[in-house]
Amino acid sequence: MEYIAIAFGAIFVNNVILNQFYGLCPFLGVSTKKSSALSMGMAVTFVITFSTMIAFAIYNFVLVPYEITYLSTIVFILVIASFVQLVEMFIKRFSSSLYSALGVYLPLITTNCAVLGVAIDVTVNSQKIFDTTTPTFWMVTIYALGISLGYALIIFLFSAIREEMDAYPIKRNWEGIPIALITAFIMAMIFYGFGGIV
Amino acid sequence: MARKQKTIKEIFTNGLVVQNPVFVQFLGICPTLAVTKSVESALGMGAGVVFVLVLSNLAISLIRNFVPREVRIPIYIVIIASLVTVLEMFMKAFVPDLATSLGTFLSLIVVNCLILGRAEAFASKNGPLKSAADGLGMAIGFTGGIVLIAFFRELLGAGTVTLWGDIAIELIPADYQVGILVQAAGAFLVFGVIVAQINKFRLGRAERNEVI
Repeated sequence: MEYIAIAFGAIFVNNVILNQFYGLCPFLGVSTKKSSALSMGMAVTFVITFSTMIAFAIYNFVLVPYEITYLSTIVFILVIASFVQLVEMFIKRFSSSLYSALGVYLPLITTNCAVLGVAIDVTVNSQKIFDTTTPTFWMVTIYALGISLGYALIIFLFSAIREEMDAYPIKRNWEGIPIALITAFIMAMIFYGFGGIV
Repeated sequence: MARKQKTIKEIFTNGLVVQNPVFVQFLGICPTLAVTKSVESALGMGAGVVFVLVLSNLAISLIRNFVPREVRIPIYIVIIASLVTVLEMFMKAFVPDLATSLGTFLSLIVVNCLILGRAEAFASKNGPLKSAADGLGMAIGFTGGIVLIAFFRELLGAGTVTLWGDIAIELIPADYQVGILVQAAGAFLVFGVIVAQINKFRLGRAERNEVI
């Protein structure tokens, strides 16, 4: 039951984009077409889930025992960058169709703040997220999976809305980013409704 | 290259106004929206970005001739991450309240596209003095942008303008405040409206120039 609450909260209530503002650059940049938004969402889900698991393990088994937690920012960004590089090499070698779908988005993910943000939140700031300073491995994994699914969901819905919006005339100064921001504002207000459930 | 002819002053104002990172280039939007709940946290974030961007541009410009092209991005990231760690420790020691209110976004300066973007686009090709001027202009332009957003959000949403700690000016009574603006959703609205007004101004000026 506790896990369901964590997952639901991560996907809908604490949604990374609409509520915590992580990963907005790709959210606005890649969300003009449904197909690219879907590929980006899949790549982000994969990278966030696994890099958070790795970061959590390193934090608890290396940084905390040796009392060097102040190095966590540097360590995490290096872990994420090398993990993304590894994934890129791996799918390039074993699946060219997957590589052509996700390849261009993988380098972008290193500088997606959702990845580093979630890794820092579940370790250094775990008190704020889980109400405990020692969350279990499964809690962290489910939270990371939920957060990234929420990211994929929002970026896909948003790209569908933007595709439809292209068909209508919009005043020139509102075209592009401004109207996208207003759309995100309306979506964020709708998602407040989920706050009452948990 | 025409860019090399620019004077230091031109480079500085380029980042400040012409290529403003917040309203023109849309770089580093995540902290732009997240820390603009109050003017105080926007100023704190801006100060952090000034520190990191000036020093990272300077350092990267100094080593630009020794770094092999293939591994430049990891090297830049390590330099930026070290500077951010210094900033984190400094803020936690001297202004702990501000560090708490910025939260994770203090660490997330590492992945702010503005900083890596300037390293890649400017500091890796220009001398140290010009790079520092570029970093200062961009960072002050960024600070100005987020303080403007924070000003409107805090004024209309909470009725106050907080400059530092308890130094707050109460301007709008509670009955007339628009609470949604200080919540997460309001950030999108305020930012969108400001960008649209700036676009209107820029489009109008471009049209006038064509007529003349």
